[in-house]
Amino acid sequence: MEVQSTTGSRVRRRAETKLCLSRRQSLVRGILGRLGHGLLFVMASSSLLAVLFIFAFIIRDAVPFFRLRGFSEFFTSPHWHPASADSPEFGALAILFDHALVTLCAAMFTVPLGIVAAVCLSDVLPFAIRQIVKPIIEILAAIPSVAFGFFALVILTPLFQNHGGNVLAGALWAVGVPVMLIVTWVLSDILSSKFKVGARKAARWTVAAVLAGIQVALLVYLGGKLSSLVIVSGTNALNVSLVLGIMALPTVVSVSEDALTAVGRELREGSYALGATRAETLVKVVMPAAGSGLFAAAILGIMRAFGETMVVWMAAGNSARIPSPWYNILQPVRTLTATIAGEMGETDQTYGAAHYHSLFAMALCLLIVSFLCNFAAEWFVRRTHKRMGKLAK
Amino acid sequence: MMERKSISKIAVAGLVTVLAVEAAFVVRTMAADDAKGSGKIVIDGSTTVGPIAKAFAEYYMSVNPGVTISVSESGSGNGAKALIAGSCDIASMSRFMKDAEFKAATDKGVFPVAHVVAMDGIAIAVHPSNPIAGRGLTVKQVRDIYTGKINNWSELGGPDLKIVRISRDTSSGTYETFEGLVMKNEKLAADTEYVGAQAAMRERIKSTASAIGYVGLGFLDDSIRALEIDGVYPDNNTVASGRYPVARPLFLFTNGYPALGGHVHAFVTLHLSRKGQEMVEQIGYVPVTKY
Repeated sequence: MEVQSTTGSRVRRRAETKLCLSRRQSLVRGILGRLGHGLLFVMASSSLLAVLFIFAFIIRDAVPFFRLRGFSEFFTSPHWHPASADSPEFGALAILFDHALVTLCAAMFTVPLGIVAAVCLSDVLPFAIRQIVKPIIEILAAIPSVAFGFFALVILTPLFQNHGGNVLAGALWAVGVPVMLIVTWVLSDILSSKFKVGARKAARWTVAAVLAGIQVALLVYLGGKLSSLVIVSGTNALNVSLVLGIMALPTVVSVSEDALTAVGRELREGSYALGATRAETLVKVVMPAAGSGLFAAAILGIMRAFGETMVVWMAAGNSARIPSPWYNILQPVRTLTATIAGEMGETDQTYGAAHYHSLFAMALCLLIVSFLCNFAAEWFVRRTHKRMGKLAK
Repeated sequence: MMERKSISKIAVAGLVTVLAVEAAFVVRTMAADDAKGSGKIVIDGSTTVGPIAKAFAEYYMSVNPGVTISVSESGSGNGAKALIAGSCDIASMSRFMKDAEFKAATDKGVFPVAHVVAMDGIAIAVHPSNPIAGRGLTVKQVRDIYTGKINNWSELGGPDLKIVRISRDTSSGTYETFEGLVMKNEKLAADTEYVGAQAAMRERIKSTASAIGYVGLGFLDDSIRALEIDGVYPDNNTVASGRYPVARPLFLFTNGYPALGGHVHAFVTLHLSRKGQEMVEQIGYVPVTKY
């Protein structure tokens, strides 16, 4: 008994010496710990600092412009002749408008396509195919933007100029036919449901035939109009919007696919168990549940198109004016990013001051808009989370 | 503890190695600087003069193996900026320095000296299918096209096509020369398209039937058609003799006249040699010498 207890205490004592640190050791560890904390803090705050510095420096160089030329010309005049020797004009309205137009068009192209592709990847295609397709789509993000710009300039531009009308008509048919089939299917189903059971089948086919006829006529008419269209200049808003859309696609697809996958099996199986079809499950359960993720994907994609410089500089034509009429996306346009990239080389702080600072005013506009967008996205996502939380309770 | 000790040992060993290598490098570069026939020349500036500077640099480095020459092409304005800031030895420029640039330079104690290395004609070019190509235009007609007074090729006796006006970006030296020699400082029409490089300009004209644009003589090839301006076709003879109206000298600027016998001096006088003339001709510019 005694022997055992002594061995026990010896073991305990040895353990204590191992567990308790000497004063020196604890000091060293304390310092190292602080150092580690400090290092991590510096690293984490460096990105924040970078953002603050960017803001500070851009504001510092943008303010002199507004002091020199005032606000009203910059935001209301469409005449941009900053390099003119005797009467420079600094109206950025056309450039601001063109930038918005290009971003909007790219968004209209990339967001629906990206989300549909993500739905297809997450819920429609077999898992094995998804594993192959998703990385391929993500490779798109790795292609440098100058390559996209080259593609837009050398392939798309001549294509638009030489076969523009036919290309547009082809695109119309490619989008129009599936939409037409779906519309015909759904509408004929809804309309024929009012008939008696016996007559329903016949009614359905007649309604479908009439609807399809109308739509085909519409497509033929519009297609004819489009194919007779001549695109004078292939470097235009449509061209870059398409390319920007393609560039933003991997972001949208990847983020929304993650959001859709994160919804989980339980919700889907619950929905199926209640007798919902696959389409109903997708549209009424999975997509609303992934809503905030899809929204974030859309914003990220739009931001990608919003900030892109190289492609627009190479292939948008860079005419600083509002297209006439304003929705004519077949005319050359100029964006803020392209203006900054193209004109920064010639200006200098020491001379031509207004021109130099006007470019920083543009940069400030870009920065503010993208910050507002990011904040809006953040706010929306948080709100959705809160609402979902309440629903769960 | 053992692990930590070994790590620190490795770290110390690594540090020592790095220091040793660095010291060796410093010693070597110092030795190289002392040796005769070596040196470093930094050239920055125009994309138009760039090909000349590059060809000269390649040739010069092959003849003087100890010399390293770096050539950047960031635009004439940036070249001037770099020379004023002292970050380059030679600024290549496709235009003369502006008043403001000269002032900024002298304020900083930099005294720009111009060396004309070659002449460059700016060719007004259209698509080969354009019938105007056979007829040519006057400087005034070109100006009217670019200001937006003439909007359709039919107004000049060509086909009924809306004119697509293409200009170089406003920060290029080619644009400034065009603005000065053709536009006489009138403003370009708002729907003028801007491209960022000579090759992009050629690409746009080549692929657009109704386009008009301008490129340096060195960038002309069979895919686009240069126009006679005021009855003079742009070629070596008309540009060198000054008969072609849209031509300009190309410059290398140094801070003061370079020390005689130095590498910079040899470089900025290379164009006066037979080899220099050959290189200038090969690139497609017009030499200032006639051997």
